[in-house]
Amino acid sequence: MSSVVVIDYGMGNLHSIAKALQHADSGVNVQISADPKTIAAADRVVFPGVGAMRDCMQALHETGLAEVIKQVANSKPLLGICLGMQALLTDSEEGGKIDCLNLFPGHVRRFADDLTDSNGERLKIPHMGWNQVQQLPHPLWQSIPQNSRFYFVHSYFAAPDNQQDCIATSDYPQPFTCALAKDNVFAVQFHPEKSQTVGLQLLQNFLRWDGAN
Amino acid sequence: MSLAKRIIPCLDVDNGRVVKGVKFVDIRDAGDPVEIARRYDREGADEITFLDITATHHDRDTIVHVVEQVASEVFIPLTVGGGIRTLDDIRRMLNAGADKVGINSAAVFNPEFVQQAADKFGSQCIVVAIDAKKVSAEGEPNRWEIFTHGGRKSTGINAVEWAIKMQDYGAGEILLTSMDRDGTKSGFDLPLTRAISDALTIPVIASGGVGNLDHLADGIIDGKADAVLAASIFHFAEYSIEQAKLHMQSRGIEVRL
Repeated sequence: MSSVVVIDYGMGNLHSIAKALQHADSGVNVQISADPKTIAAADRVVFPGVGAMRDCMQALHETGLAEVIKQVANSKPLLGICLGMQALLTDSEEGGKIDCLNLFPGHVRRFADDLTDSNGERLKIPHMGWNQVQQLPHPLWQSIPQNSRFYFVHSYFAAPDNQQDCIATSDYPQPFTCALAKDNVFAVQFHPEKSQTVGLQLLQNFLRWDGAN
Repeated sequence: MSLAKRIIPCLDVDNGRVVKGVKFVDIRDAGDPVEIARRYDREGADEITFLDITATHHDRDTIVHVVEQVASEVFIPLTVGGGIRTLDDIRRMLNAGADKVGINSAAVFNPEFVQQAADKFGSQCIVVAIDAKKVSAEGEPNRWEIFTHGGRKSTGINAVEWAIKMQDYGAGEILLTSMDRDGTKSGFDLPLTRAISDALTIPVIASGGVGNLDHLADGIIDGKADAVLAASIFHFAEYSIEQAKLHMQSRGIEVRL
């Protein structure tokens, strides 16, 4: 039986993700763990997160999980979600400037406060709700229609330096990177565990992914 | 192509049963919140809100079990409100599988609670519920105040100022209910909705008074709400959520179908 570990570092609703993974594939052993050995032994790893980046990076360093995540990123399929995606970039402008894990060169920026849509209506921050995702080719999008809507809730977004790291965009109102991919690492700004059918499909694709592109 | 406006069905739950003058035609799911949540999920609800109106404290475990059950098979955002007074209450709901909690009277009696909750769990899961009622006389400029105890007790707090304060304290979203319209089926209080939405940078969910599908669309177009919440029109199965979305789309609103 293949195994997946959801990394527990005190940030966010791990139970939702664990439940969704189990629902996506009942044949997979799903664990929630903070133990580096358990994480190292798993076939696949999910790096979730909600909340503030400062707390997130502090928790990752205090627990030693920052190093564990870097090792996972070099060895097996890794899925970052929301703050777990943003933490993979070089740094974030949330709360000043916070150094992150630097697995994807680039920055995390805040949406401007004065955004308006094409009708001139003001756009609220956080970007909250179901938005369309424009995919670029990748095995994790298998069986997910182009422009499907996923559930987002965030005020900051990833701006990768290398355009080829961007594997999907969404508009608010300008296009921003909502998914990153490189080798065996895939990361999404939206919440697949809260995105109904298409979200469960993405999780199922991840649970069957060998990390190849 | 952009962000969809959300439709959020709300279930008032008393001791584990859905209430509010509900007369179900479909016997099988009569009053069972898990069954109803499943149906709303199938019909395309963008989120589901549970409002626990259980009177006694020790019976609150019931709502935790409901959320646990729903969260293990319905994979859209779930909000739980009603009786959220402590950080421990919030933790219990999040651990049960809720994504957000609604804080209502506890915010009025102790605004710092909202700040503590947002610091601890993040603004994304803190919804502040505001019950407002018009207090200005006919002909005067509009003025609304916050009411507690189901709209019976005035607090004297200006609703627009209160909403701004709650945003500053870290609310991620505002659930705005017009106590004048709640239960009347005569539509949202659109001037109220618009006044609050225009004053805030965070999303506003309009609630209270929905009687038909045009009311939902009006809340978005005229009230400038980011999401609309309704209970009875969906419970009675007068309209399905899909019908509501198709109607909103026909009025030019972007929805998730």
